[in-house]
Amino acid sequence: MNSLTLPTRRAEEWRYSDLDALAAIWPTPAPTRIDVAAGDSARHHLLQDVGEGAAVHDYVITVGDGARCDFHVLNIGGKFGRVTFTVTLGKGSHFELNGAIIGGGDQVLEIVSSVTHAQPDATSGQTIRSILGQRATGSYLGSINVARDAQRTDAFQSIKAMLLDRTATANAKPELEIYADDVKCAHGATVGELDRQALFYMASRGMDPATAKTLLLKAFVAGVFDDVADDAVKDELEAAAIAKLETLV
Amino acid sequence: MLHIDNLSNEIDGKAILKGLSLSINAGEIHAIMGPNGAGKSTLAYTLGGRPNYDVTGGSASLDGVNLFSMDPHERAAAGLFLGFQYPVEIPGVSNLQFLRESLNSQRKARGQEPLSGGEFIKLAKEKAGLLGLDMEMLKRPVNVGFSGGEKKRAEMVQMGILDPKLAILDETDSGLDIDALKIVGAGINTIMRKPDKAVLLITHYQRLLDYVKPDFVHVLAAGRIVKSGGPELALELEREGYAGVLGAEVVAA
Repeated sequence: MNSLTLPTRRAEEWRYSDLDALAAIWPTPAPTRIDVAAGDSARHHLLQDVGEGAAVHDYVITVGDGARCDFHVLNIGGKFGRVTFTVTLGKGSHFELNGAIIGGGDQVLEIVSSVTHAQPDATSGQTIRSILGQRATGSYLGSINVARDAQRTDAFQSIKAMLLDRTATANAKPELEIYADDVKCAHGATVGELDRQALFYMASRGMDPATAKTLLLKAFVAGVFDDVADDAVKDELEAAAIAKLETLV
Repeated sequence: MLHIDNLSNEIDGKAILKGLSLSINAGEIHAIMGPNGAGKSTLAYTLGGRPNYDVTGGSASLDGVNLFSMDPHERAAAGLFLGFQYPVEIPGVSNLQFLRESLNSQRKARGQEPLSGGEFIKLAKEKAGLLGLDMEMLKRPVNVGFSGGEKKRAEMVQMGILDPKLAILDETDSGLDIDALKIVGAGINTIMRKPDKAVLLITHYQRLLDYVKPDFVHVLAAGRIVKSGGPELALELEREGYAGVLGAEVVAA
């Protein structure tokens, strides 16, 4: 997704990005290629936890016929953290993206995906949960492109964001471009706040506000890393998510 | 234990409580009855510190400490328990997690060591058993998918685990069938009928008072206590209605 000229906000996929932070690391490294051979299955994950400055991770993924690729991503680090997925699905294949964005301060964090169902009978799922505090901006821009021959495509995008402060921003932009006629594409996007009734109920039982908020936020992102197969990876992602959450409440 | 003096409050600028006074001593069970809209639930929420329930006058203290100087979670740590008429559902947070965090938050505020996982489970098992609530229910998310009766039983299990000094129970009897009412009533007695504890029961009906015998009964109408008496007052109300006992003009005020 990189070229030699620094992108501008006029380009849709950079619309919410922190281009000043990006300029400091431009040009970004070449994308990581993941090719899952026909019939294989692959699991990948990324913990984007850069200390400061910007980090951009681009993935170009092809999933062969009958193959499966699962990707788990936690995007929490840096002034600007961007993770992109350009995915092409073969016949009867499956791609699953589970991601969380947790940001505070002036962080700008984003997940950008473009999933192309190029062949029939492929399925894809994307579940993204964002928690944003202070002046942070979290964005999900995801397009699903269904080619003319890609009949019986089944795809979903489930995007939920939680704002902890009035000054935080969430952008959710699921997009569908469909050229086949026998297709199921579901998408849902919500932006909400912590449930005040629940917070009062928890306080009435003696729970201090920070503990109560942390519990509700853990519940909100719970599930994103549930099906990480490797327990060590799962623990790493969950621990990083909780540690980040605790800095926001 | 609880002293409420001339308490007034507002919700969104509307006056609900209008100079309410009430004292409850350790070892006593009081019942507050009253017509719809009298301010019964408002009293409970105001004492519990629900946001937007603004105190506009008067005072309330628990064992001499001003309740209104404390945040809701501090009131709980000081020994106040509020039983909700409509217990809140919290998806994704299990009852056990919810209660353990609550209890340990309270213990921390009181300068006590937290309970270990094992100690807590033992306590939870004991209290759930008392209320006939399956431990499996406590592994499920807080109140999610619970029937009305299960929610009220779970409230009482919470009360048993948190072991408050003063419980204010807001229509804990609503939504209970007769069997559940007996169990919940027995639970309240076992947990709270002690010389160093006190209960304020808020109810519409006499039937809970058959199982949890109050020492005093008060009638709340139009934001104030308008009549107080012994258990016989509840029976009189049941027989003659609020308008019959108080006069229609008091009820309508």
